[in-house]
Formats: sequence, C-alpha cells, structure tokens
Amino acid sequence: MHIKRRHFLLGTAGAAGALIVGWLAAPPRQRLLPAHPLPLSPGETALNGWVKVGSDGSVVVMMSQAEMGQGAHTGLAMLLAEELDAAWESVRLEQAPLDSIYNNQAAIVESMFDPDDHGVFERTARHVVRRILREIPNLSGTGGSSSIRDQWLPLREAGATARLMLIGAAAQSWGVPATECHTDAGRVLHASGRSATYGELAARAARQGLPRTITLKSPAQFRLIGRPLRRIDNAPKLDGSASFAIDALPPGLLYASIAMCPTAGGRVARFDGAPALAAPGVRKVVALDPVKGGVGSVGVTAGGVAVIADTPFHAMRALELVRIDWDHGSAAGLSSQRIFDDLTRALDTSEGRAHLEKGDVTAALARAAKTIRADYRVPLLAHTTMEPMNATVQFKDGAATVWAATQAAGFARADVARVLAIPASKVEIRVPYLGGGFGRRYLTDCLQQAARLARETQGAPVQLIWSREQDIAHDYFRPAFQARCHAGIDATGNLIAWKMTTAGSSLGAPSFADMSSDGAANTAYAFPSARVAHRSVETPVSMGIWRSVSHSQNAFFVESFIDEVAAAAGQDPLAYRERLLTGNTRHLRVLKRLRELSGWATPVSAGADDARRARGVALHRCFGSIVGQVAEVSVTGGRKIRVHRVACVIDCGVAVNPNLIRQQIEGGIVYGLSAALHGEITLEDGRVRQSNFHDYVPLRMFECPDIVTEIIADTAVPGGVGETGTPPIAPAVANALFALTGQRLRTLPLKPV
Amino acid sequence: MTRLKINGQTFAVAAGPETPLLWVLRGELRLVGTKFGCGKALCGACTVHLDGEAVRSCVTPLAAVGTREVITIEGLEGRQAEALRRAWTEIDVVQCGYCQVGQLMSACALLASKPRPSDADIDAAMSGNICRCGTYPRIRAAIHRAAAEVAKAF
Repeated sequence: MHIKRRHFLLGTAGAAGALIVGWLAAPPRQRLLPAHPLPLSPGETALNGWVKVGSDGSVVVMMSQAEMGQGAHTGLAMLLAEELDAAWESVRLEQAPLDSIYNNQAAIVESMFDPDDHGVFERTARHVVRRILREIPNLSGTGGSSSIRDQWLPLREAGATARLMLIGAAAQSWGVPATECHTDAGRVLHASGRSATYGELAARAARQGLPRTITLKSPAQFRLIGRPLRRIDNAPKLDGSASFAIDALPPGLLYASIAMCPTAGGRVARFDGAPALAAPGVRKVVALDPVKGGVGSVGVTAGGVAVIADTPFHAMRALELVRIDWDHGSAAGLSSQRIFDDLTRALDTSEGRAHLEKGDVTAALARAAKTIRADYRVPLLAHTTMEPMNATVQFKDGAATVWAATQAAGFARADVARVLAIPASKVEIRVPYLGGGFGRRYLTDCLQQAARLARETQGAPVQLIWSREQDIAHDYFRPAFQARCHAGIDATGNLIAWKMTTAGSSLGAPSFADMSSDGAANTAYAFPSARVAHRSVETPVSMGIWRSVSHSQNAFFVESFIDEVAAAAGQDPLAYRERLLTGNTRHLRVLKRLRELSGWATPVSAGADDARRARGVALHRCFGSIVGQVAEVSVTGGRKIRVHRVACVIDCGVAVNPNLIRQQIEGGIVYGLSAALHGEITLEDGRVRQSNFHDYVPLRMFECPDIVTEIIADTAVPGGVGETGTPPIAPAVANALFALTGQRLRTLPLKPV
Repeated sequence: MTRLKINGQTFAVAAGPETPLLWVLRGELRLVGTKFGCGKALCGACTVHLDGEAVRSCVTPLAAVGTREVITIEGLEGRQAEALRRAWTEIDVVQCGYCQVGQLMSACALLASKPRPSDADIDAAMSGNICRCGTYPRIRAAIHRAAAEVAKAF
C-alpha cells in the first residue's frame, strides 16, 4: 500500500493556509500530531502523538482506548509496533491525553452510514463527517467494536512515520543514504554492519522533519499483524496487581455508599441523616439529585442519599440507618406488562418510520401464495459488569483528579467539570483497567455522583461504590422491543415480500440518527420487496447501549423469522439463506465454512445423556464483520435448554490477532447466551424486581457450551469484533429448538412450554 | 484489635468482628487484589483461602476467620498456583480480568483436593465463579492443562 501523506503537512506550523484546498480532496485532517506536546518521563522522546521512545529502547504507545477485556491494548499496540518494526517485548503503554487526534471517528461515522452504500454521496459525506470530527474535542471513546477499525490507519501511519525518522537519524549520523538502511526489532541497521537502537537514535530522530510520504507494509510483510500473540495484560491480572478503578488508593481515601430511589427516575423527598451521622466512622450524609447518564441513553439515574465514611463497610452499614422518604415520580405505576402493552398498541396503530423501503411490499404480500406473520419480543436487560459501578474523585484547590472506569474519558471529564463548576482543563481523568464495560461505562452517572460527593470532603478523595443491587436496579437497560413480522412466499417457496416493524426506545436519538433498525434494515439479504420500519416508544425507564446495541434484538427478529419463512417454504434454513445471498461472496463463504464446521449435512447424534439434539443456524453482519453460528441444543425435563456446542465462523477482514478475535467471539456468545436463556429485567410498580445474580442469572461454567471458532482469512480492512459474537446466538438457539421440538419461541429469554 | 494471619504475615486490624473479611482486606489493609462483585456469595470474585479452603470473603465476618490463615491472590504461591498461572497465560484466559483472581483461587483449591479433576469436578468447583466476559471454556482448558503439568512433574 502506498499512500501519499500530503495531509501530514497540515499538522505542521504555518502550512494550514496553503492546504485548505487539499482538505477537500485529501483524506481527513491528520491524526498524527496532537495540539499539545506529549508529557515526557526522563529519557523519553516523542516522535508523534502515538509513540514515544525511551533512551533504554522502550517503545511507549499512547493508548486512548479503554481495556475492558476486549484486548484493544494488545491489538492496538501491535498495529504501531508492526510499522515501527519495534521489538514486541519493548512495547509499553501509557494513557493518551485527551486530544482530538484520538477522537473515535469510526464509532461515529460507521454508525451513520449504510454498510453497503459506497456511492459518491456516501463517501463524500463520510469524509466530511470525519473532518468535522477531527475538530471536535473529547470524542475519544471505546465502544461500537471500533478501536481497531478507527486506529487501523493512524497507528500504522504513526509507526511508519516514526520508523522513517529513526532511519533518517541513523543515516545522518553515519553519513549514508537512508535508502541503504533498514530496521529490525528496535534497531536501524546498515549494510556496512553498523547498527543503532531506537533508544540511541530517538532524540536525533525527533529533530528530523516529518516524512513527506510513507509506505505502509503490505500484508505479506506483516510480522506481528495476523499472529495470535498473547495478551499484554495477562501477568498483572493473575497476581492481583492489575489496578481497576475500584482499586484506586490515593492517600486519605474516604468511601461512600448510596441508596437510590427504587423507582425509576424518582428522587429524595426528605431524609433524616442524623442516626447515620452518629454511627462510627461516618463523615457526612449527602442527598443527591437525579443525574442523566449521557450520550446514547434515555432516562435518569434516580436521586438518592450517600453516606461518606472512613471505610467501605462503615459507609454501607451507616447507610441502613438513613431514613428516606421518596418522591417516586412519574414512573411509580410502571410495569413490564404496561411497557409491552404500549409496544403492542404502537404496532397496532402505526406503521413506524421506514428505514428500508424496496419495491411494492403490499402488492407482493397480496399476491403471495402463502404469508407468514409473527410477533417477537425481547425484554429489558442489565449489563452487570463484574466490577460494579464505582468512581473515585478528589477535588482540591480548584482541580480534580478522577479514577474512572469509563469508556468515554472525554465525556467523563466534561461531566465532572460541570458538576464541580471548574474548567475541563482542571480535571485529570485516569482510566485504569475496566472490569467489563458492555456499553454501561459510556455513561457517567456514577462519576457525576462521586464528583458531587467530592465537594463535601475538604479535598479528601472519595470513592463511591454501588452495591450489586444498585448496579442492577439503576442500570441503563437494553430496551424492551417488539417486532411485527410479515412475509410472503410464492408457490415455489421463494421469498417475495418481507416486512418488519419494530417498536421500542430509540435511546433518545433524533430520527436521522436513530439506530433502532441497525441489523434489520441493512441485512445482506436480497429481498425482492421489503419494508423495515421502527416506531419509537419511550418509557420513563433509563435505557442505554448494551453489547451490540440494536443488533442484539434485531438479529433475533430477522434470523428467527427467516427461519420461519424457510420452514413455511419447506426448505433447509441454511440453504434458504444462501439463496437470498446469491452473488454475495463474503456471506456465502461464511455459510459454506459454517456448514462444514458444524457438520450441518450430517444428523446430530444424541450426547452421553441420550437426549435428542438438533442444530439451528443464524447469520448476522454488524460493525463491519460477518458472523455465522450453528448451535447444537437439547431439552431435558421438557423445560431445560442445554446448549452443547456452538460452531462459529467470522469474516472480520484482516485478522489482526486471531487469538483475541477468538476470545471475543467466545465472550460474545456467552454474553448473548446469558440473555437468551436467562436474561430478563422486569418492572413492577416502577421498580426493578431483580436484585443480584440469583435472580438476574448469568451463564455459569456448568452451562457453558463448547465453542469452536473459525476465522476466515481476508485482506479487507478490519471489521469490529467485540460485539459481533453476541447477536447470532439467541436466534441460532431458538432455531435449533424449533428443529428439535417444532416449537417456535418468539420471546426472550427462551422458555419452552 | 483483631489479629489476622494473612499471606504469612500477622496484622492487627481495627475493624469490628461483624465486618466482612473482604472489606477488611480492601478497606483497611489495602489488599485490593480480592474483588467485590456481589456482596452475597453469588459471584465468587471475592474468593480467598482459609486454611486452604476456598471461601467467599464478602460474607465471611472477621469473627469467623479466627486463627485460620488467610491466603489472598497476592499471597497465592506454590506448584499448583504457578502451573495455573502459566496455563492461564498460555491459553490466554483473561479478558477484563476482574473475576480472574477469584477464578484462580477457586481453581487452586480444586487442584489441591482433586489433582486431576474431571469436567464434572470443574463444573462443581467453578460454577460459583461468574465471568461476564465468558472465559469459561478457556478456564476449563487451563485447569486441565495445569493439572496435567503438575501431575507430570512427579
């Protein structure tokens, strides 16, 4: 790959005026040089905004992305080390400052455009949006399976640029042409036998001008990309030394516990904190107003009362002594039943806003030899990250230090600054490891509460820890959804009409940015006529993004209903999908490999328990990747679903680290399977009925299937991985249950009757 | 003051006898490797050893510890622990890592009582430890690998 790096010059002083014209035609404004120089430790030299080199030869990758298990730290470091020709063992990470070069363009751009549309208008629009995003501060973020996609070019460009500067430094000091030098494992070498380490060359390299052009490696030249390298965060996570936000231990740390109004959106009417204040170790009792979670969510986190004390247990115990009268607010009478009644009524009375309209679906349905109708439902879901919501804030001398398990450091900084009424520049956000994110940690509600409490402690740091009960009751849930499906087939079983209308929360998005039909309106299937629409129905419950967002429900609707149509046509469900994907080579290749990997053609034999088994298939595209899964299930005792084996094939373009990809597929399947078999948040009288892991049940070891994953080698730009394993598993299991029992389960979690 | 033997050292702690061991470790002794996950012995993130037995420290009051030796992840050593850590690394079990300290504590207690555990043994010993990242298949493989390695060393 040879790329003209004209836009690099845009970052150099004085060049901007001359190159504005270039902006219009060239790639988006450079992401190489930050607005302010990087902070340096002794011996370090910054070569651009993504990499520093230490005099000891260590390579420090500036990391803007949160590590919440998805392996981004390892995968992203590989991208830079690849082009730099760094010695992998010498690579270290440092949290990047907040700067617009780290803005996550992919997460935003890819969510705005149709994956199949590569027309001139679309490309231009993407380009313009990327340019605008370059100018907005604080849009870094870890989500949307986008870290590798977003930094695929900037990190490699940064590595390649730094490498050329190091070569330039060596060539200059040796008096030889740069073209005679090459690099290997952290050294520049010359044919004469001379060599120098990057550490020795860094200071001189930083004085070289930026190269005008760079050449990125072709896939055949990759030494790191494509290898199943081990995670770089293994060791500290196995000896207890890895620091999560909840492990922050600044001197003088105080702890806070909180009781929030059990009713969605409620607040404190009045409270008596005196008995709690009299308890040992207690410093303060503070009432907190409801707070908004932030971008990508609707609703509020209920108000509450917090106790600040010397130790976590003192705070927890004293909290029980606080007497609180709640103002339950408008959601007091809300129930799950009413939410679903509202969704049904919306579908009865509205056709929704169309996100896909193709052909005359009404006419096609009218002439169909057979029509199939079905309604599907999915419930509210909690995230339950293993590390419960928590945040630590120290507010002293007009400045704040924050230890935040956040997927969006920029939003976190802005929200803390607002609560403390100080400029954002006075807030330092430290992002340790995240004990799970799944979308929940995009929101800053707990952080805002902790910032509010930090105003009460005279400069002492305070750590707010939610109990698991609070974490579940006050989550921003995956919305409940209902889908109304209507399809028509002709006399030979061909699908001629496809209609799907969903109802549920649009997460507060305006209609042009509504992602509710993602994964339903933009499937790869060639429907001769189709209408896919969404009707936004908002309820006063806090809801937000949950691993794979709309794909989590839409894959269940689409892939279950396709299966119903195939059954109505009397055809094999996998072959039926293939016919709808004629000419679509990447999807067909996934299905072909899945057919082989799952043993689709051979009957499935009963297991050791003698229970009959069956297979079900599902295919879904999201975040730039295509994932197919076949689940093998049995039912015991008439009710108990057992998933024995899941075969999974993914095409995610260039597989940067196959090991990490497999991990994410396995994790995505387990996460989705928890939801498919058990996950359900229900409301009664405005309150969440579930409270802990006994009634909001995750998959456990004894229920976990064997998972085999095959990655298709492709050279397309990398697709996302972190969320892609989740959407297909629920329909794959539901379809297997249909094959096994003839029962079509259209509601999650799956409950055979 | 209560005297506690932890990881080979003796500590005098001020916490009251009803204080869960988890919060003594994390809040007073600043041994934060042991994690808070649910507070109700439902997830296993807080697992420590009391005289070699895996217990949930979030529901173990200080008074119940007595003279038994507490081993936390910071003090987890020995042949089996090393074999488990090696297997965990080679198989790349870890994702977010938050539950993994508890997983290792449970796995180590399992190997101490059943040096060559079956899949059913692993189900029984490890189903109390929740992992939301879904590392279960790799945990199973890593326990088998560590068990085989320890067995081979004899």
